[in-house]
Amino acid sequence: MDKPRGPWARFLARPNEDPVKALGLAGLVALASALTLSTAATALRPRQIANIEAARQLRMQAMVDALPGLRAVMEELGVTELETRLVDLATGRMLAEAQGHDPETAARDPETSIALPEEADIAGLERREAQALVHLLERDGAVMLVVLPVRGAGYQSTISALLALEPDLNTIAALTVTEQAETPGLGARIESEAWQALWPGRQIADETGAIRIDVVRGQASTPYEVDGISGATRTGNGVADMIRFWMGPWGYGPFLDRLGQEGLG
Amino acid sequence: MMRLPRPLTDPLIRANPVTLRILGICSALAVTTSLVTALTMCAALIFVLCAASGLISAIRRHIPQSIRLILQITIIATLVILIDEVLRAYAFEISQLLSIFVGLIVTNCIVLGRAESFAMHHPVWPSVLDGLGNALGYSLVLVIVATIRELFGTGQLSGLPVLPTVAGGGWFVPLGLMQLAPSAFFIIGLLIWAIRAARPEQAEHPDHSLISLDTKATP
Repeated sequence: MDKPRGPWARFLARPNEDPVKALGLAGLVALASALTLSTAATALRPRQIANIEAARQLRMQAMVDALPGLRAVMEELGVTELETRLVDLATGRMLAEAQGHDPETAARDPETSIALPEEADIAGLERREAQALVHLLERDGAVMLVVLPVRGAGYQSTISALLALEPDLNTIAALTVTEQAETPGLGARIESEAWQALWPGRQIADETGAIRIDVVRGQASTPYEVDGISGATRTGNGVADMIRFWMGPWGYGPFLDRLGQEGLG
Repeated sequence: MMRLPRPLTDPLIRANPVTLRILGICSALAVTTSLVTALTMCAALIFVLCAASGLISAIRRHIPQSIRLILQITIIATLVILIDEVLRAYAFEISQLLSIFVGLIVTNCIVLGRAESFAMHHPVWPSVLDGLGNALGYSLVLVIVATIRELFGTGQLSGLPVLPTVAGGGWFVPLGLMQLAPSAFFIIGLLIWAIRAARPEQAEHPDHSLISLDTKATP
């Protein structure tokens, strides 16, 4: 047999149980995997983001279509989509520039987000963006519809949804789940039209202002309750906690209070 | 050679990974509610299994025994993440339906099983064929189960109406059970029964049998 020449041939000629070869091969496989995946992820990222954005737009359109009479109002006003505003969540003030704001990136960056205290973090988010996007439909200076993006921890994934509120800012006009990876066939049914159809007309807070909305086991009996999906209790709880969080003082609470008192201003 | 190579044809029915070895059952339950998701899952598995078997076979002489499982899983996981990323870029809606199950191909025993028992000891080309054969065997079962479940569960096939449902003014009442996971168990069970009835040598011997206490107690 020829004597192996060069460092590569010498490396390959080592016995397989040699620690240098074991470590070296593990390193090479890991390196090749890492290079393949980072290349693929980087190359495919723009397409994936475009897909997610297109799906979000479609759901928003579908949500607008599902609300009775809303299309007609929009046509009358001559608009095709809702107006998007940037809101400072702590003060509830609307800010001027809404272009190019990405809530999910903002929520990860310590400079554009806040850490949530454990007792307030019922939606399991850990951090929340300082500024969020809201979608509005106004007519003669009065709010017709508010659509709030919400998200929270479900049973095994982060659930994202759009919550639409009627002008009283307490009655749910619609709930559309935009992203989830819950158990297929069980928790994933929160994305079904049948379940989302249970939400319109539900009330979020009672007369005292206490947030009461909940997903319950079995039959809902009050205006604050929605039937849960059997076999998906924790997903249902996740959705309820998510809405309670975003409607509360750490979520859109200050914005909704301000909107209720001062209007669009 | 006129006949197709054995590594390719054997796992289709005779040594089918699902019905003979009862592997890959988890995903077979989860993704077979409709034909489209099942076909996408099959395509993903065919890619992963062929590529994993080929790659592992190519470096098989240099894989140290002590870390072989780690290397195999690393290669398989890389391929799975790759196909998941591609699906999310080019087949977004289906990837949403399949959710975690593409990722779970990593834990699909068929892939690691073929790597460990075949690709580690055979050259590249037979290993790729063996991977393809096993993936096709798995796909065959998935397609059969998905066809039955979608047709009788919703009256449709790949989303196209076949049986006119009552809700749409026809006569067919969809069987809700078909859309639930247990029905996949029933159908796979019936398939296994049919194959083992036709090939009695596949029937398993009972692991345990009852012994009468009386005969044992008598000295």
